[in-house]
Amino acid sequence: MSMLTAIIVLGVLALVFGLILGFAAVRFKVESDPIVDQIDAILPQTQCGQCGYPGCRPYAEAIANGDAINKCPPGGEATIKQLAELMGVEPQPLDAAHGTEDVKKVAVIREDECIGCTKCIQACPVDAILGAAKQMHTVIAHECTGCDLCVEPCPVDCIDMVPVPVRPENWQWNLEQIPVTVVESAK
Amino acid sequence: MSAINISAIEAGQLWSFHGGIHPPERKQLSNQTPIQTLPLSKTFVVPVKQHSGNSGEILVAVGDDVRAGQPLTQPGLQRGLPVHAPTSGTVLAIDEQPIAHPSGLTDLTITLAADGQDAWYPTTPCPDYQQLSRAELLERIQAAGIAGLGGAGFPSAQKLALQRPLEYLIINGVECEPYITADDRLMREHAAEIISGTEILMQVSGCNKALIAIEENKPEAIAIFTQLLSERAATASRIALRQVPVKYPSGGEKQLIEILTGRQVPSRGLPIDVGLLMHNVGTAFAIHQAIVLGIPLIQRVVTVTGEQVDKPGNYWVRLGTPVADLLAYAGFHETTGKAAQRVIMGGPMMGFALANLQVPVVKITNCLLLPSTTELAPAQQEMNCIRCGACADVCPAQLLPQQLQWLAKAKDYDGLEQQNLFDCIECGACAYVCPSEIPLVHYYRKAKAEIRNIAREKAKAEIARERFEARQERLEREKQERLERHRQAAEARKAAQAEAVAAGADNPQDAVQAAIARAKARKAAQAAAAAKANDSAEGESS
Amino acid sequence: MTFKIAASPHAHQRRTTTQVMRWVYLAVIPGILVHSYFFGLGIFLQLLLALLTAWICEAAVMRVRGRSVASAWQDHTAIVTAVLLAISIPSLAPWWIIVIGTAFAILVVKHVYGGVGQNLFNPAMAGYVLLLVSFPVQMTSWPIPQQLAQLQLSLADTWQLISSGYSQAGYSLEQLRSGIDGVTMATPLDSLRTDLSHQLTTAEALQKPIFGSFAGVGWGYLNLAFLLGGLVLIYQRIISWHIPAGVLLGLTVPATLLWLFNPDQSISPWLHLMSGATMLGAFFIATDPVTAATSNKGRFIFGLIIGALVMVIRTWGGYPDAVAFAVLLANMAVPVIDKYSQPLAYGHGGRT
Ligand code: SF4
Ligand code: SF4
Ligand code: SF4
Repeated sequence: MSMLTAIIVLGVLALVFGLILGFAAVRFKVESDPIVDQIDAILPQTQCGQCGYPGCRPYAEAIANGDAINKCPPGGEATIKQLAELMGVEPQPLDAAHGTEDVKKVAVIREDECIGCTKCIQACPVDAILGAAKQMHTVIAHECTGCDLCVEPCPVDCIDMVPVPVRPENWQWNLEQIPVTVVESAK
Repeated sequence: MSAINISAIEAGQLWSFHGGIHPPERKQLSNQTPIQTLPLSKTFVVPVKQHSGNSGEILVAVGDDVRAGQPLTQPGLQRGLPVHAPTSGTVLAIDEQPIAHPSGLTDLTITLAADGQDAWYPTTPCPDYQQLSRAELLERIQAAGIAGLGGAGFPSAQKLALQRPLEYLIINGVECEPYITADDRLMREHAAEIISGTEILMQVSGCNKALIAIEENKPEAIAIFTQLLSERAATASRIALRQVPVKYPSGGEKQLIEILTGRQVPSRGLPIDVGLLMHNVGTAFAIHQAIVLGIPLIQRVVTVTGEQVDKPGNYWVRLGTPVADLLAYAGFHETTGKAAQRVIMGGPMMGFALANLQVPVVKITNCLLLPSTTELAPAQQEMNCIRCGACADVCPAQLLPQQLQWLAKAKDYDGLEQQNLFDCIECGACAYVCPSEIPLVHYYRKAKAEIRNIAREKAKAEIARERFEARQERLEREKQERLERHRQAAEARKAAQAEAVAAGADNPQDAVQAAIARAKARKAAQAAAAAKANDSAEGESS
Repeated sequence: MTFKIAASPHAHQRRTTTQVMRWVYLAVIPGILVHSYFFGLGIFLQLLLALLTAWICEAAVMRVRGRSVASAWQDHTAIVTAVLLAISIPSLAPWWIIVIGTAFAILVVKHVYGGVGQNLFNPAMAGYVLLLVSFPVQMTSWPIPQQLAQLQLSLADTWQLISSGYSQAGYSLEQLRSGIDGVTMATPLDSLRTDLSHQLTTAEALQKPIFGSFAGVGWGYLNLAFLLGGLVLIYQRIISWHIPAGVLLGLTVPATLLWLFNPDQSISPWLHLMSGATMLGAFFIATDPVTAATSNKGRFIFGLIIGALVMVIRTWGGYPDAVAFAVLLANMAVPVIDKYSQPLAYGHGGRT
């Protein structure tokens, strides 16, 4: 008899707690970003396609479906580390097949050579190039992600990728790299 | 806003802040002689941006003649702070030149060839400024190009423009950093103007109580302020003098606020959040000049000191004067021996080393320090942190510098935020006491720059994503539109045909049908003919 | 002329890690002298062995890591480790005891964790515990104070004893450790513990000659000497008062309570303070900054934990003294202490 009581009591308890847990799970559900959004937020949004997908978001979707996390050269080690953390996997070195990490660059059009073919505008994934047919084109430097996609289509090769200049505002305190002027002693 | 401990503040009580250090002051070196005026240089290099915030729009072109005090930039769209011609002369160039920045990088500057006349642009003095409205005063302060002369260089008018209830205006004459005596000499020689500037500041900020804080190691300045205030009863009822005990960094904004009021500015907040506003004595003087005399900010007091100069002292220097000229006048001779000379802009605790003597003196240049290697020995080799805690004992922000350096080296940016890296005021007290000679502040600056950079990249990536998505959407829309157009075109064609049929013309569709029918008919006819031929042939044979 | 670029601050207080460490080992000198007065010259030989071993180990590690030996040696942290370990072990212990202990402390506890500043555990105490656990007999065979001993030892005798286990006259350590009455003597704390567990009352146990008049012959003065050195360190601001105060408080308060309730069965607070390695531990060992908590509040708590553990282990534990175990246990608690004792930074609500 006592055995039966114990079973019943435990059973009821289990039921009650189960209900409470179930209720809590519904009531206090944490709204988390879908995993694709979280991955996309980590990717550098260069939209260069070096990963083999047409932009960062498609690659984010691919990662969510199990693709490797080391295919994004603009993001480099830092991005891989964050992705590894998010996905709970070991960080891997950057897959060299997709390119190597490089300094950040922006595109600059040598404007006097531009023939106004609009091919670069069609290539730019973030609409960072301004221009119209038969008119000179130019790059909105602060919108350019440095993806390199506009260089190839240009029929007259007038687009250069130049490293983002270091300004006093974005200087990283690399004291060792300051060139020191050597002044001939007056004496 | 907190209304706490007003009575204690009124009674003159002082509080103290955590930590702090007592480095050798060495102020005697430069505070013995009156401020001298530096002769005009031949060329001046005026950086367009000498403060924190946006720069103005350039008003002059190469070849223009300008006069002393003439604005070279205007606030423009970005509401930047203007800069003025330091003397009369011709604009030689507008280009990138090395500026006084720790990075030694270049920035946009206006180079001026002085003509030696020092002819002035017309000024608009206003001795009875009490008549002016708050907005007019703010406008004049902005137009005079006044930025905080204590160090950070925040535009003063912007600081004053925040309209919030204030309890005290604090005038900071503490000057706690070793060696520097620019404010000390200014207070001794121009106390009346500083008090006048204080009154203007009180009028603009709508605050009727001010505290002037001076460190105890400046007895002459204290004496002259005490005397002036006792002579003017009306002023003394509104402005009080406070003597602050000697300790570094009691002149830091947050630290001085804690000393004078016992309050702490909330993290990432402003003094105004606790009902306070702070300006430097140099700024008060400059505001007096700007409002009462109408003279914009084109010169400041610079301490030139250290054992490597023959004539250490304070100089009135026009902004834009190349550092080399000032040093030559002060009698700089290089360190003998192998160790390279350090030329430090600012004090020994927070100043930065210059890589080039052609950089100009700017609004925030309070000192040029040329130490010999014996007075300020070069940094030794960095050793590992032994976690002795000396740094935490002296940190005025009550941080744990040893943890911060650890996290900074590990690039653990979340950890750094959690340890409140951004509350570090970069005072250098921790690195001063560190027995392992770790350049702690340097690590923090790097980490801060890196964190800011990451935030910038993040924001940029966000924009890029939006633009990418907008573009995808646009392409998609365009594709839909194209399809739609094709569909419509097809429909239009159909409709046109239908109409044509209705109007009696051949329906092309019908034509096809007719053609098929005709073909069928022809086939049927042929088949019938063949059958007939067969029939007749059979009939004949049977 | 060239210009030097340097990061601010450009001024620096002239006190280096080397100086800090030098103060530490200078401050143990009174203790060493008192030690040699009561326990003979063995301590000097142990110090010599320890320093030699430490140097060789540092040199070997630096060799492997491809750095110059000087760079590791110059901060003097290895010296401090060696000195503290040499002081902690019985001064007539065989030579390989100190060699093994020091080598373990430097090679494993310090360098395997990444060198100065990275180690989790106090190297000297980790070495000590390794020795105590592996060689309990040698590690508890304290020589008896010379004043109570039958035989006095010369330097040559001491050297023979440490290197071979027998004095020149052929006595073993065990024989030398017997007192005038021919009975082997333990340290005061050890003897008291054993007696208490044999149902003697404290008062009876204290009748033994080893206790003398002042907290045990030799031990009381030894502790006073370390106390003196420790106060010098505090005065010189080499260590802050938080850890020693914590240790002493954490030890005396519970010890006093226990003693008040049960004076017959417990060690008096006075004996706690003035015997064993209390002062050495409180001022020199627990204060090792690398392995202590970070903030001053945390350090006080760290000290309290050590003190309380010492008292608990001495009273109920299986080992005669407890400083080493207490310090290592507290080392383990450091991350937790740090987490909950982070000081309130400026502008985070301390004052409004
Ligand atoms: S301008 Fe060129 S490099 Fe820049 S984002 Fe557009 S396509 Fe890429
Ligand atoms: S003062 Fe230097 S050695 Fe001491 S804890 Fe701070 S960073 Fe480490
Ligand atoms: S520099 Fe920063 S961490 Fe160092 S003492 Fe000053 S406020 Fe504290």
